[in-house]
Amino acid sequence: MISFIGRSIVQKTVTLFFVSVVSFLIIYLAPGKPSQIDPMNPKFTPEMVERFRKQFHLDEPLHVQYLLFYRDLFTGRTVSWKDNQPVLGKIWDRFLNSLPLFIVGTILTWTLSFPVGIRSAIFRGSTFDRGSTFVAYFLISIPGFFFAYLLIILVVTQLHVPVIGMQTFGLGDTSPVHMVMDRIWHLVIPSVLGATGGIAVLSRYVRGQMLEVEGQDYVRTARAKGLPSEEVHYRHALRNALLPFVTMFGLILPGLIGGSVIIESIFSWPGMGRMAYEAILARDYPIILTVNFLSAVLVLIGTFVSDVLYMAVDPRIRL
Amino acid sequence: MTPQASYQSEAQPLDAPLAPQKSRWEEFWLLFKRNRLAVAGMVIFALFFITAIGGLLLTSGVDPVLDPSLVRLQEKMQPPLTQPNLDSLSPGQAPYLGTYLLGTDELGRDVFARMLQGAWVSLTVGFVAVGISVLIGIFLGGIAGYYGQNHIRLDHLLLTGTLIGGAVMIAVGRITWGSGLLVFGSAYLLFLFFQSQRQIESLPPSIQIRTFTIDTLIMRLVDIMLCFPTFFLILTVVALLPASIYNIMVVIGLTSWMGTTRFVRAEFLSLREQDFVAAARALGVGDLRIIFRHMMPNAVAPVLVSATIGIASAILTEAGLSFLGFGVPPPHATWGNILSDGQNYIFDAPWLTFIPGIAILIVVLAFNLFGEGLREVLNPKLRER
Repeated sequence: MISFIGRSIVQKTVTLFFVSVVSFLIIYLAPGKPSQIDPMNPKFTPEMVERFRKQFHLDEPLHVQYLLFYRDLFTGRTVSWKDNQPVLGKIWDRFLNSLPLFIVGTILTWTLSFPVGIRSAIFRGSTFDRGSTFVAYFLISIPGFFFAYLLIILVVTQLHVPVIGMQTFGLGDTSPVHMVMDRIWHLVIPSVLGATGGIAVLSRYVRGQMLEVEGQDYVRTARAKGLPSEEVHYRHALRNALLPFVTMFGLILPGLIGGSVIIESIFSWPGMGRMAYEAILARDYPIILTVNFLSAVLVLIGTFVSDVLYMAVDPRIRL
Repeated sequence: MTPQASYQSEAQPLDAPLAPQKSRWEEFWLLFKRNRLAVAGMVIFALFFITAIGGLLLTSGVDPVLDPSLVRLQEKMQPPLTQPNLDSLSPGQAPYLGTYLLGTDELGRDVFARMLQGAWVSLTVGFVAVGISVLIGIFLGGIAGYYGQNHIRLDHLLLTGTLIGGAVMIAVGRITWGSGLLVFGSAYLLFLFFQSQRQIESLPPSIQIRTFTIDTLIMRLVDIMLCFPTFFLILTVVALLPASIYNIMVVIGLTSWMGTTRFVRAEFLSLREQDFVAAARALGVGDLRIIFRHMMPNAVAPVLVSATIGIASAILTEAGLSFLGFGVPPPHATWGNILSDGQNYIFDAPWLTFIPGIAILIVVLAFNLFGEGLREVLNPKLRER
């Protein structure tokens, strides 16, 4: 166990190092220079460009730039090229905005897909099963931005509630209840949209796991001894079918930092995804690289957590 | 006729190798057609293919039959199936079919023609991107699965580093250092060649020490690629590179090969232990022939399935990129940018949003259902249950 943890930490650190090199190279070797972002701007004189290049070490060789960048990142001194704000602070602010979307979306995903998946596995081939299968494929296949517009039309014309942004603008001194409801209404549609893909995939996966376990011998034995079918399904089958999902708790971690670029730009939600999108448009390399680095860290932590959890739950696995 | 002979003549059909009653394709089709959703997916797939090729023929060229970029400002935002007002149009501007089948957009361009043009973009993006990722996946997965247990020697590693370093230095501008490294590397390459011909003594083993396996190298590469947030990475690269549809295809392909690599590697690892591979090797069949004639046909089923589903997700990714304003430069229509332009008129001209949206939905759904149907037929374990 200890040796597994040690080995895996070393391995993941090496992976992280290569990820940082590759993302750095992709960004810096792409055609175009950040100092040329706005050549038509009259304020951008050659002296300005020169000062800019000096200030952000752009005149150093590539490997020195790499070292300087990651030294700054680890000491928390990286600043955005656009407005000189510390990158980590900016990311933290946007992260707090994205967090409600992530939490509500995750709760929706996990609470809806299990009942649906379990029910379609138990009643295999029924109308419910076939219906939910089709709906799942439908939700996987629908482009997120198109679905967003469908929901916006529906909600705006039928329910008359506001949907764009995080809260209604200029809601100054209304009652707290009103404020809270306003926030909640703004939260609903983006998080439902964020959850649809997850619900579709996860419910199919739950169904597959459940079907596999229902075909096992011990479930047949349980049924043969005359146990009521609820007990067979929920005590014998479900508990074993749930095993692989424990590991998925680790795998939802990377979602924390991704944020959905498309959904956040449609709903003008000032979250991580939109910040990353704006950073890409402005060639704000420190932000792009930091987001990339943090999300790689989260992916690695997530796989590590899921490996450890799997070992903890399943005694057959001893790595 | 002796009894013996008559016995033999009767027994002959039993001894002869019995051909299967049905060919592999007949059996496949029998199983496949039971899944009606998958058959529907396949039919839509075929229709989409024909539409896209027809669209390319009808909308490209100097004087296309259906001109997707012809602006008719006097006829803007006409709903689907309206008749054109022929008095206000010059003769060349009238729509070919005598009606705006899917309406016109905010500049009076025929949406039908634009959708046809966009179909070809979606089709090529899907197929080229998945083609790239499948090729990389099969190549790397095959190497990792078949040659994976071989170790990489330290001198090979240093040699690769030297050659790449030299090339980089020349690219950066330090010609002397770079060419020096390249010459040194080639000299060592030549030395290795003679060594393999057993013409010279080998070096002391300290430099030719075995490091890690090829399998480790490739699988760690997969791990590294999996660390990147895919859509974000694609967005970054596409935004930094000049806008072109080929960049999008290549970038989507280069960021989605990891799944295929893992499938192929897993299949190869189990296949190379099987008797028919051992038999082929005992017959002296070459490695390449074993890989491509004996193992690949057995490993290709999961790749085919993931490729079908990969096409669906590549089409979705391209639509998302076009929606965000990256991708094909403006006059050229794609389903994503028709929708993205149409969203501004969502209440006045809803067809500009709905037509491309539903088209993307149907095509992606068809690919997904077709892929799942294939998966069920090709995987005997799923079939029985």
